[in-house]
Amino acid sequence: MKFTLSWLKEHLDTQADLEAIVLGLTRVGLEVEGVENPADKLAGFTVARVLTAERHPQADKLQVLSVDTGSQTLQVVCGAPNARAGLVGVLGLPGAKVPANGMELKVSAIRGIESNGMMCSTRELELGEDHDGIIELPEDAPVGTPFPDYAGLNDPVIDVSITPNRQDCMGVRGIARDLAAAGLGTLKPLLGTEEQPGEGAAPHIRIEDAEGCPAFYAQAVRGLTNGESPDWMRRALTAVGQKPISALVDITNYVSIDLGRPLHVYDAGKLSGGLVARKAQGGEQVLALNGRTYTLTPAMTVIADDAGVHDIAGIMGGEHSGVSAETTDVIIECAFFDPDTIARTGQALSLTSDARSRFERGVDPAFLDEGLAIATMLVQHICGGTASPVTRAGTPPLGTRSYAYDPALAGTLGGLPVAAERQRAILESLGFAVSDDWQVTPPTWRRDVDGPADLVEEVIRIEGIDKVAPVPLPRAPGVARPTATPEQKLERRVRRAAAARGLDEAVTWSFLPEAQADAFGGGAWSLANPISEDLRVMRPSLLPGLLAAAERNLRRGAGAVRLFEIGRRYLAEGERPTLALVLAGDRRSRGWREGKAAPFDAYDAKAEALALLAAAGAPVDNLQVMGQAGAAFHPGQSGTLRLGPKTVLATFGAVHPSTLKAFDLDGAVAAVELYLDALPARRGSGFARPAFAPPALQAVRRDFAFLVPADLAADALVRAVRGADKAAITGARVFDVFAKGGETSMAVEVVLQPGEKAFVEAELKAVADKVVAAAARLGAALRG
Amino acid sequence: MTDDLDTMREHMLTAIAAATGLEALEACRVSALGKQGSVTALLKTLGGMSPEQRLVEGPRIQGLREAVSTAIAERKAALEAAALEARLASERLDMTLPVEAVPAGTVHPVSQVMDELAEIFADLGFSVATGPEIETDWHNFTALNIPASHPARAMHDTFYLQQGIDAKARGEADEKTTFSLLRTHTSPVQIRTMLKDKPPIRIIAPGRTYRSDSDATHTPMFHQVEGLVIDKGITLGHLKWTLETFLKAYFERDDIVLRLRPSYFPFTEPSAEVDVGYTWTRGKRVIGGSGDAPGGGWMEVLGSGMVHPKVIAACGLDPAEWQGFAFGCGIDRLAMLKYGMDDLRAFFDGDIRWLKHYGFAALDVPTLSGGVGAA
Repeated sequence: MKFTLSWLKEHLDTQADLEAIVLGLTRVGLEVEGVENPADKLAGFTVARVLTAERHPQADKLQVLSVDTGSQTLQVVCGAPNARAGLVGVLGLPGAKVPANGMELKVSAIRGIESNGMMCSTRELELGEDHDGIIELPEDAPVGTPFPDYAGLNDPVIDVSITPNRQDCMGVRGIARDLAAAGLGTLKPLLGTEEQPGEGAAPHIRIEDAEGCPAFYAQAVRGLTNGESPDWMRRALTAVGQKPISALVDITNYVSIDLGRPLHVYDAGKLSGGLVARKAQGGEQVLALNGRTYTLTPAMTVIADDAGVHDIAGIMGGEHSGVSAETTDVIIECAFFDPDTIARTGQALSLTSDARSRFERGVDPAFLDEGLAIATMLVQHICGGTASPVTRAGTPPLGTRSYAYDPALAGTLGGLPVAAERQRAILESLGFAVSDDWQVTPPTWRRDVDGPADLVEEVIRIEGIDKVAPVPLPRAPGVARPTATPEQKLERRVRRAAAARGLDEAVTWSFLPEAQADAFGGGAWSLANPISEDLRVMRPSLLPGLLAAAERNLRRGAGAVRLFEIGRRYLAEGERPTLALVLAGDRRSRGWREGKAAPFDAYDAKAEALALLAAAGAPVDNLQVMGQAGAAFHPGQSGTLRLGPKTVLATFGAVHPSTLKAFDLDGAVAAVELYLDALPARRGSGFARPAFAPPALQAVRRDFAFLVPADLAADALVRAVRGADKAAITGARVFDVFAKGGETSMAVEVVLQPGEKAFVEAELKAVADKVVAAAARLGAALRG
Repeated sequence: MTDDLDTMREHMLTAIAAATGLEALEACRVSALGKQGSVTALLKTLGGMSPEQRLVEGPRIQGLREAVSTAIAERKAALEAAALEARLASERLDMTLPVEAVPAGTVHPVSQVMDELAEIFADLGFSVATGPEIETDWHNFTALNIPASHPARAMHDTFYLQQGIDAKARGEADEKTTFSLLRTHTSPVQIRTMLKDKPPIRIIAPGRTYRSDSDATHTPMFHQVEGLVIDKGITLGHLKWTLETFLKAYFERDDIVLRLRPSYFPFTEPSAEVDVGYTWTRGKRVIGGSGDAPGGGWMEVLGSGMVHPKVIAACGLDPAEWQGFAFGCGIDRLAMLKYGMDDLRAFFDGDIRWLKHYGFAALDVPTLSGGVGAA
C-alpha cells in the first residue's frame, strides 16, 4: 500500500516529520517497506527562462541560449527545435543527474561553445514520453524555483506492507487513525459524508443473492463529462503507481486508496433495465476490464442487467458498461460483498484486483452511505452532472460484538502492564467503545478483532512492544534429560559417520520429474500445482536427486563424487526416514603407488552400507545378503541387507546402466539406500556394560580351500562352515577366491576358540572333518 | 708366561678390531674361544696346575677370555650397526612423493545449524519434535485459525497434492481433511504436539517446508524451525527473553539487539515480527548492535507471538488455563547470516565444491562446552 506524505496529511493533522512517521508506522505494525521521494532524483533541476537564443556558429541544429536561473545567467547549448527566447522551461544544472540515463551534467564545450547545463524534455526527466522538444512551462512559472517543488513532486511516497487482518489500513485514512492513536497527530474530520438531496429517478437495483451481496447501494449522476481528472488527483494517483485513466475511473481508484472503499461506476447508457446482484449462471461469460473473458459458475456473485453480466461482483467490472469519454450518465455502485465468496471467486478465476483484496478482507460495513456520498460529491465536483436520490437494497451486516476485557491481561498475556485508563484511551482512539465495566466493542472497520487477546495486541502495539521487558523462562526442575528422540539421535550418528567416511552431505529437492520417480518404483504423491514439471512428484527414493547431483558434479569436472543425503521418502503409507548415498567417478584416482584409476563398484556400496549400519548400531554380523534391490540397480551386482528374511535394512549395488543413461551418467556408479526406520531400536538397559571376560586361551586358526560349484554364494559357504561346530568355531571368513577353467576355488579361514583347555590334535581333526562335511553338503570339495 | 698372555691379548684384540666383516670376526672367535682356540687351550691348562699356581694364573686366563669375548661382542654390534646403516641407506625413498588422501566428508550447513539449534534449546529445556511434511489442511491451516477462505491462505502459496491422505493408514483420527498439501510452515507440529502431549510443553520442530515460490531469495523447498511453549503464566516477556537468549547463543554475541514489530499471524495474538540489528562491515552484513546505529540496519529473522486461544482450544486444551508462545524461523537464512552464504539456491544443488566450502567436518559436533558454532 503506497501513499504520499501529503495524502496522509489530508487525514492527519501532525507536526511529525517524515522520519518520525516512518518509525511510528513500523512501531504500530504497519511495516514500512520503502520511502522514496521523487524529488530526490530531480535535484539540481530548476525552473529557468530563456533570455536569448542564437544560432550555434559551428552547428546548424544547435542554438546557444542565455538562460536566467533566478540567481544568474548561464550559457547553455541546446538542440531542441522549440528552444526560443522567452520560453520558461527546466534547466539541469552542472552536477545534476539526468533521471532517464543517469548521466551527470558537467560544464562542457559543445562544438567549441561552453555549455553550463541542459534544458530538458519530459522524457529525460522520466515524467512522460514526450521528446520532441524541451518542456514548456507557463509564462508565469517562478524562475529559480527548484523544479520538483514547482511540479509538486517533492512529496515522499511511503510504501507499507499491510497484513491481511488490517483491511482498514488499505485506505490512507485507516493508517492516519493508527498514527493518531500512537500520538503522532490528530485525525481530521471526514468531509462530504452527508447525503445531498437528489434529483430525477433513483436507479433501479435489487438483490437476489443476499448471501453474496448483503447490501447494494447506488446513485445515478446524469449529464456529466468524463474528461481528465484534476492535476492534484492525477499527481496523487501517479505518485502511488496508479495510472490516471479518466476522471470517473480515477475517482473510484482515489476513493479506494483514500478510504479503502471500492466502488464501481457503470455507464448507464449501456445498461438495459435495472441492476441485480445475483448468482452467476453456470457457463455465463463476461469480458472484464482487463480485456480477458471469464467463464463464471453459480458459486459466484455478479451484478447484471437484463442483457447480461456487467461486474464480477467486488472483483472486476465488465468492459461493456465501462465508462468512456462519451459517457454522460452513470450509476455509482457502493456495495458490501461477502468476503468468503469474493475470496473463493477470486481464487477460482485466478483474478486479483485492488477491489478483491479489499472486499475479501472485509470492508467497513457501516461506511456504505458515507462512501457513496463522497464518491458522488467528487463526481459532481469534477465531472458535473446531477445526482439522483440513493437507492438502497439490503442491509450491510454490522455484526456488532463486544468482549468482556480484563485490563490485567496486558500484563499477564502481553507482558506489559499498562494502566487501565491508558488502555481505555488507546482503545477509544482506535475507535473501540469501552464501557465503564470494560465491555469493549470493536469498531465496524475492525472485523479482525475477535476476543480479549486481540485487545491486548491493540494495547501493546500502540503502547510500544519495545517496552515489553524480557523475562527468563523458569528452568524445569530436576536433572536435564536428553531432549532428542532415539530417531533423531540415530540420524545424527549416521550423518556424522557418513561424513567421517568421506561422504559429503547434500540436500536435494523432495520433488522429482515424473520419469525419475517412475524409474524408482513410482511416486505415490504428486503436486496438483507444481512450480514446474521437474518438481512434480514427491520422491519415492532419495537416489534420483543424488544421481542428478552426481551428474552435475562430474560435468563440472569432479574426479570423485561421494554424496549422501538424509531425508524422507514419500510413500503411500507415509514418510520414511532414509539415508541414501551415491559413489560416482573414481574411487581411487590414478597414482604412482596405486596405478590406474579404479571406478566404484558394488562392493564399495556394500562396504558403505555395512559401515553405516554398524554406526547405527545394527547387528551387522547377523544380516543376510539377499537380492531384489529393485529395477534401478544392476540385476547381478546388487542386493539387500536384511535382518531376518523380511526386514530390509538397506539396498546396495551398482546402478543399472539404463538408470545411468537416464541421468546422463557415464561410467559405473554405486549406490546405497538405508532405511533408518527399519533398524531395530537400541535396547535401553542402562549405562553399565557386561563384565569384560576375554578368553583365557589363544584362538587357533585353520585354513581350508574348497572347490565350489559356480553358483555357490560365499555367504552360504561361510554360514555352513560356521555352523559345523558352533561350540568351537567362533569365526570364519573367505580370504581368497579365484576362478579358473570353469572351477571356483574359495579359501576360508576358520577361527577355533578353546575353552578351559587347549585343543588336542584329535579335537582339531574332528572339527576339521565337520567343516569339510558341512561344505560337502553344499557341493564344495576340499582341494587336495 | 706373563709376557705370553699380554702378547696374546694384544694380538687378539688387534685382530678383532681389524675384522671388517662378521665372517672375519667369527674366525677370530674360533681361533681364540673355539674348541681348538688358543684361549680355550689355556683354560684347559688350569686343570693341570697346582692350587697355588691356579690361584695366580686362573684370574689372568679368565681375564683374557673375558676381554676377548667382550671385544668380539662389541665389534659384532658395531659391524651389525654399520651393516644396518648401510642397508637403510640403500632403502632411501623420496618422501616428497604424494600419498593417497583419505577423502574428508562434510555435514550440510542445514544439518549443522539444526544440531546447533537443538543444542541451544536443549539448554532451555526444549525437546525436538517432528511431524509429516505431507499434511492435512486441518493441521496446516484450520487448526491454526486459518479457515478456508482466509486471505492468509493466499499468502502461503501452497502446494496441493493430487492424492488424499488416508488418516487411518497413518494411524490418525479423521481430521476433516479436505485437502492434502505440503506443509507451508512447521507450525502444524505445534498442533500435533499439543494434541499428543500434556502441557507444560517446550519444543522446537525443525524441518522441510514448501511454498510455491521461486526467485533469487526463495526456493520452493526450504527449512524452518518452530518453537512452542505452553505453560501457565507465560507472557510476551518470556517470548522476548527466549528469542534474545536463542539468538545471542546462536551468533555467540552478547550485543545482539532485537526489534519486535507488531504483526499478524492468524495463529498468534499478539503477534510480532522480530528484526535483528546489523552493521555493515567491509561490505558485509554483520549481525550485532542496534539497527538504529549509524551504518546499521534491521533484518527480519523470525515471526512470533502468543499462541491464539482458538489454537489452544482446537487442540483440546483450555485457553483459560494454558497459554504460551510460538515462533518460526528460517533455518537456511539463519545459516546464511552466520556462515556467510549468499545464494539460497546453492543449498540444494549438491555441488561438492560448495559442500566442501560451506560444509562442516564430521567431528564439528555443536556442543555447549565447545561452542555451538564451528569456525
